[in-house]
Amino acid sequence: MAVVSLRNVGKVYPPTTKDGAGVTAIDDVSLDVEAGDIYGIIGYSGAGKSTLVRLVNALERSTSGEIWVNGQNIAALRERELRRVRLGIGMIFQQFNLLGSRTVSRNVAYPLEVAGYPKEQRAARVAELLDFVGLADKAGSFPDQLSGGQKQRVGIARALATQPSILLADEATSALDPETTHEVLALLKRVNAEFGVTIIVITHEMDVIQTIATKVAVMDHGRVIERGPVFDVFSNPQAAASARFVATVVKGVPSVAELAVLRERHAGRIVTLAFRDSAVDQGAVFGELARAGIAFEVVYGGINEIQGRPFGHLTLALTAADRVIDTVLAHIRTLTTVTEVR
Amino acid sequence: MDALIDLLPELWTATYETLYIVAMTLFFGGLGGLLVGLGLYLTRAGSILENKPLFFVLNLLVNFIRPIPFIIFLAAAQPLARIVTGSGIGNNAIIFTIALAASFAMARIVEQNLLTVTPGVIDAARSVGAGPIRIIFTVLLPEALGPLILGYTFIFVALVDMSAVAGYVGGGGLGNFALLYGYRQFNPVVTWAAVLLIIVFVQFVQFFGNYLARKALRR
Repeated sequence: MAVVSLRNVGKVYPPTTKDGAGVTAIDDVSLDVEAGDIYGIIGYSGAGKSTLVRLVNALERSTSGEIWVNGQNIAALRERELRRVRLGIGMIFQQFNLLGSRTVSRNVAYPLEVAGYPKEQRAARVAELLDFVGLADKAGSFPDQLSGGQKQRVGIARALATQPSILLADEATSALDPETTHEVLALLKRVNAEFGVTIIVITHEMDVIQTIATKVAVMDHGRVIERGPVFDVFSNPQAAASARFVATVVKGVPSVAELAVLRERHAGRIVTLAFRDSAVDQGAVFGELARAGIAFEVVYGGINEIQGRPFGHLTLALTAADRVIDTVLAHIRTLTTVTEVR
Repeated sequence: MDALIDLLPELWTATYETLYIVAMTLFFGGLGGLLVGLGLYLTRAGSILENKPLFFVLNLLVNFIRPIPFIIFLAAAQPLARIVTGSGIGNNAIIFTIALAASFAMARIVEQNLLTVTPGVIDAARSVGAGPIRIIFTVLLPEALGPLILGYTFIFVALVDMSAVAGYVGGGGLGNFALLYGYRQFNPVVTWAAVLLIIVFVQFVQFFGNYLARKALRR
């Protein structure tokens, strides 16, 4: 069952001048997030992904469409009614947004105060949460005494305080260094695995999607231009923007300029082989080449792994008589996609 | 110097009156400033209680009253002071007028201090289901507390200034004392005694304000 379901959602900001046109931030987006998903939404700055996630807990209101959260159309609710809904949706932010006037433990206790938990229960829950995020020793510290990664862990503890079923992460790792990013992503994975929390991750970093997401939607100009299981989008992106994002983390097919450089260095024929999942056995391909006595060299590409499934492109320079190469390539074509570049 | 010694009882009375006027106006003007400042902040475009007409009115009112030189405002607001306090002169009328002027001056300072609170923390509070009243008391005011204390310390000095001017319309205090016994009787020693007391008074409060702000900011 979809815990978050967007139906033809639109968000148009009113014009800033009297006769100006409104600005469309979200354009007819429909999206289903299933329980237990870690759903990544990726796009360039201004693609509308932050606005989209803020519609899910109604920090911003949609101007058209329906937004179903846990079986309730929140687009139809008033601000006062939304406060209850928000207790079931945690949110973490790029800039952490901790209260500087409160200690770590009082930051984590804040949602519990809002929800009206009795004092003893709050203390117990805060201790439990700080333990979970590994900051039990920082309970009495103030946010400005913490590192970025620690602040985000406090943010996660705060977001989980009222045991929400959904967690929204708005560029949650964009202000962190790569190592800390991976710590925080690992923590989010645990949140998903141990508590069954459905997570929606907004990011412009494909690396984040690759590390934790199970499904991904690619946004461009307020629209979702591609969506699907992360493996499918990574191994075979359809839209141009998706391919560009994939290229940021996956060294795939050489560009024209890179090819020119390869040409200069390698006299033989250059072919690119696609490997996707276990459908193609690399060993079989290289075995064919070796048996035919073709000298080969891997000159470009790489093999990646998403959720334990390998995929990638390898570009090879082959040296042998043309006739021999043609025969072997014909055979390899039955195993996988072969692109020869001339 | 002898004249000053003779005037000591009047000096203490005047000091007490200044303290009284400043304390009362700090309370009422501070409260008024907080309310109007919060009003400005909350109703501005994009804020949690956005209300364009109300913001327009508040903004106009503040811009209208704030630039009026206090001595003119004192005369202009006299009929209003008479309606509210029953008299156009004396300490109560003075306190009313100063508090009114200070409310609008303080409103801008409060508004500016609240604007230093990052909008993100308000998003965070909203995202856990906090309503506007709770956000005011648990996010806005605590997060802006340090700058607010400094703002109130700043307005305090303005209040001392205004209370001295108010000596002109029958208000008591050190301003009146300095005018009456010092300036008009050509006795600079008496004038300077009043000045010295005011300096000590202001220094003490400024020091105290800085101390509280430091505690609030934990620096």
